[in-house]
This record gives sequence, C-alpha cells and structure tokens, in this order.
Amino acid sequence: MTTITQPDDAAISRIPSQTDSRSVLRTRGLSDRTIAWLFVAPTIALLLAINIFPLIWMIRLSFTSLNLSMSYLPLRVVGLDNLSDILTDEDVWLRLQTTARFVISSVTLQVIVGFGLALLINRQFRGHSFWTTIILLPMMLSPAVVGNFWTLLFQPQIGPFNYMISLFTGVPPSSFSMTGEVGLAPWTIVLVDTWMWAPYVMLICLAGLRSIPDYIYEAAEVDRASAWRQFWSITLPMTVPFLMLAVLFRAIENFKMFDMVNLLTSGGPGSTTELVSITLKRAAFEKWRTGYSSALAIILFVTVFGAANIYVKLLNRVKQR
Amino acid sequence: MTIAAHSVVQASPRTKVFAGAFVILYAVITILPLLWIVATAFKSQSDAIAYPPKVIFQPTLEGFVNLFTVRTRQTPDFIAKLPPPETWYDKLVRERDMVIAGPSKVVPRFTNSLIIGFGSTFLAVFLGTLAAYAFSRFRIPLADDLLFFILSTRMMPPVAVAIPIYLMYRHLNLTDTRLGMILLYTAVNVSLAVWLLKGFIDEIPREYEEAALVDGYTRLQALRKVVLPQAVTGIAATAIFCLIFSWNEYAFAVLLTSGEAQTMPPFIPFIIGEGGQDWPAVAAATTLFVIPIVLFTILLRKHLLRGITFGAMRK
Repeated sequence: MTTITQPDDAAISRIPSQTDSRSVLRTRGLSDRTIAWLFVAPTIALLLAINIFPLIWMIRLSFTSLNLSMSYLPLRVVGLDNLSDILTDEDVWLRLQTTARFVISSVTLQVIVGFGLALLINRQFRGHSFWTTIILLPMMLSPAVVGNFWTLLFQPQIGPFNYMISLFTGVPPSSFSMTGEVGLAPWTIVLVDTWMWAPYVMLICLAGLRSIPDYIYEAAEVDRASAWRQFWSITLPMTVPFLMLAVLFRAIENFKMFDMVNLLTSGGPGSTTELVSITLKRAAFEKWRTGYSSALAIILFVTVFGAANIYVKLLNRVKQR
Repeated sequence: MTIAAHSVVQASPRTKVFAGAFVILYAVITILPLLWIVATAFKSQSDAIAYPPKVIFQPTLEGFVNLFTVRTRQTPDFIAKLPPPETWYDKLVRERDMVIAGPSKVVPRFTNSLIIGFGSTFLAVFLGTLAAYAFSRFRIPLADDLLFFILSTRMMPPVAVAIPIYLMYRHLNLTDTRLGMILLYTAVNVSLAVWLLKGFIDEIPREYEEAALVDGYTRLQALRKVVLPQAVTGIAATAIFCLIFSWNEYAFAVLLTSGEAQTMPPFIPFIIGEGGQDWPAVAAATTLFVIPIVLFTILLRKHLLRGITFGAMRK
C-alpha cells in the first residue's frame, strides 16, 4: 500500500504551488487525528460499557458471597474462598475433564473429516462448488436449533437415526438411545458437533491447499517424487498453519460450548455431557450462586483469553502468506 | 505407477471421479437431517411419530397451522353445532376435533428476531465501518492491541458474559427488552464488523481518496463519496454475517429474555402440543427459521472464508 502512495506524494510535492497542499487538506474539515478518534471511540465505548465494565464488576463479585436467590442476606466479602472452593471441588474438575474430552475428540474428528474433504474437493471435480456449498450449510445454522432437531432424529423409536443404524447393523432401533445412555451420549454430542463444524475445518484447509503454488508440485514431479511423498513433504507442511488456526478456533468455541449440547442432552444423562458452560449456567442462573459462578466465569475467561491471544498471533501470521 | 505420478495440480480423471463420488456421498448424508426436518414440517402428528419412520406420507399443512395458532380440544357434538368453518385452516383443525382459540406467540417471537437482528446489525455495521476506516487509513497508537481487544470480546464464553450483564441490565431495567438485546448483540457483532470491514477497506486503493482530497473533498466527503461506494459489497457481506449471528444466537437470548423480547431460538424448542413437543410444528418453525440462512449462505459463498476467519483469509 505504502509503495503505491509514495509516488503520489512525490508528485504533489514536485509542484511548487502545492507543496503545502497536504496541510491545506488537513485544515479543510476535521483533522485526520480527530476523525480517527471520533471513528474509533464509539466502538471502544460500547465494548467498554457492555464487556469491560461488567467484567470488572464480576471480578468484584467473585470475592463476595452474593446469592441472588437469597439477596436478603448481607453481602459478605469472602476473598479467595470462591476460587479455592472451585479449585478443590471435585465436580468442577470432572466437568472440566468432560469438556476436555469433548474438545479433544470433536476437534480431532473435525480435522480428519474436514482435511479429508478438503483434499478431495481440491481435485476440482465437476460440480465441486455446488456440493461444497451443501456441505457448508450446517455450520451456518443456529446451534440451538440444530441441537433441538437432532433430538428428534435420535429418538429411539420414531427417529430416523436409530432406524438407519438398525438397517445397516440389525440392532433393534429401540434397543439404544443416543442421547439417553451414559456410554453413547458423550459421542452423540461429538457426532453432532462434527456434523456441524467439519465444514469449517474443510473451508480453511481448502484455502491452505489453494495457497500452495503449482510450481512446487511441478518441481516435485520433475524429481519423480511419489504422490505419497508429495503429500508428506509439500501438502501437509504447507497446510499446517491453516490447520492450526482451524484447530485453535474450534477448540476455543468447543471449550465454551453451551447452546447445542444444552438442547441436545442438557448435560445428561446424569452429568455425562455436562460441559463446564452448562455447570456455570446452573450455578449462576438456577442456583443463583453469583459470587461463586463469577469466580468460575473468570477462570473460563482467562483460559479463553490466553487461547485467543495465540489465535490472533497465528491469524496475523497466516494473513501474511 | 502412472496414476500415482499425477499431482494435485492435474488430478487424473479416475481420481476426480473417486473424489467426486465421495464428496457427493458426504454432502448427501450431511443434508439428510435437514431434509428430514423439512419433511417432518409437512407431516401430520401421527405420521411424524410413526414407527418405522415414514419417508412417504400424505403432506399436510397441519404443522404450520399448529405453529401459528393456539387450539382447544372440543367434543365432536360441539364442533358439529358450530357454524361452518370459514377458512381452510379452521377446517383442518376441526377435522382433528379442535377449535382455534387464537394466534400463538410465534409471530411476536419472529418479530423480535427481526427487530433485534436488524437493529443490532445496523448499529454494528455503522460503528464497525467507522472504526474499520480509521484503523485502515490512519495511524492509531496501539492499533494492534486495540484490534486484539476488540476481537477478544467476541471470543468470551456467552454464559460467563451473561452473568454480569444480567446484573447490570436488572439495574438499568434492560432485562427482557429489545433495546437490551440490540445493545448486547451490537457489542458482539461490532468486533466481527471491524475486523471484516478493515479487510475490505484495506483492499480499496488509497489513491482514489487521495485524488478526491486533492480535488478539495474533506475526509468525510471522500469517505462518503469515494470509499463507501467501493466498499458496498464488503459492507453487505459483513451485514449478513452480523444478521446471521443475531438470528442464530441462543445463550444470551435464553438467559436474558423470558417473554417480551424473546427471539426464535429459545422459543422453537418449547413449542408444545398435547403430550410433549409438537414435532410437526417444531419442524415447521425450524424450516421457516432456516430458509433465510440457507439463502444467505448461497449469497455469501464467496465471502464465507473471510467471515469465519475475521477477514484474515480471502481465498
């Protein structure tokens, strides 16, 4: 960009009568600096009001015993008690483990499916762009609505999912319940999440694959490198930065997953699919333990904030390619 | 092997056929759940819960009628005494021994979705365009840190954000109001809007504006008459992304609204008939709710990658 504008500046300064044209421009209307601040300020102000101010308030609350269902109680300052309660609560650790398992298995599956699809689509068969659009549809839908309609598909008797499974395997369709069984439910949320988000990984991988210049493959061809070899030493290493970006973003999103799982299993059966966001929602909006849940929310904030930091660095690096 | 020597650059016809077949198979499997929901929307109550699941059925608009009305069950004698039905939907309901008692809440919920969606999109795109222009054209101190701050607000867990917002809105009387939801969604969307629009504005050559400035335009005039017309596609794409977010959002809506300002996503799962969820009505609502998203996805196809990477990648 700068290289393009420089000749312009030079051209202007070469004309004697217009040497000070830039300062003239600045005095006409508002100055650039004023405009810059006028333009950025409303956005920053809104974010400060809706995000930062409440966040600071929440940090304060996390040191108190506030319980909204018993707000008649005097507000006690409990210091770090909430935090130590959370960190020593075995249930919270179990929910974090459930969340970690969900994040790891769904992101792994999405990478396998998404990367595989991207490799296939990159072969540019006829009609690939139409079918790509079809595959992309699930990720544009509302996760809540998705979670809700999959409960119909997973109904043991009337749902088509169990029926299809029984067609292929011979297992009676009403003998298992995808959302109601301890052994199956954790995989059910992984399955639906993959259905929804594998296309996301696919789209980013596709961009990675398309960023590899043809001449590298042509050179490999000249060197008689096998297709297998080309994949391992060209395709994979050059797509990895993109893949990392997709993985990190999906990991952040799934770490804070609430809507889809809340409607599909609402954390059940028992608490087998109770992700940490659902625990947080229950503590904050069902038990109304505001002080305690503020502390838990801050733990989640810090985790996401750290991950987001890495994400943006990666984003900027990929952008430079 | 000669086939193995074919690179990704020129895939052999056989590879293409194999790749195509596999992708099409995946696409068909992926779309089946959606097609099933659309089909369920046109099933009668008994067809929707039939075992084995029915693929071929007599289509009916019962689900849509149930979605838009509240009905009461009556005795056949009572119905026989009523004056003849005035409309096709009256007739349809009476065949099931029911009488329409009034409209359901779906229209107000749909209206809320529209008002909150368009309101927050307009605000987010307006604020986002200004900020993106400033970030793109002027030297702003700590610009990278500000941009990171702006984006990081979007990544926060909604349930965690909702806790202090809930308390704050209680004090400001914004709980369960459209204004409260518009402000909240604007805050979430403005971060996407800034990042996306910065990408689009970065692509507009600066010379156009500078030529306009030399011609005696002020910065604001140059923005309005030179930059904005060039950025129209980008602004439209950004607006659609914001609209889709607000349209689809569930966590804030379910935690911060209960009636007045409730949008469709928290409403749809609770469309109840006699004995549990009224599946044809739920499916009808889902179908109506999803159609705009499908259209937008097709419209946005070229910009999808941009949207999901906050403008960093553009194919």
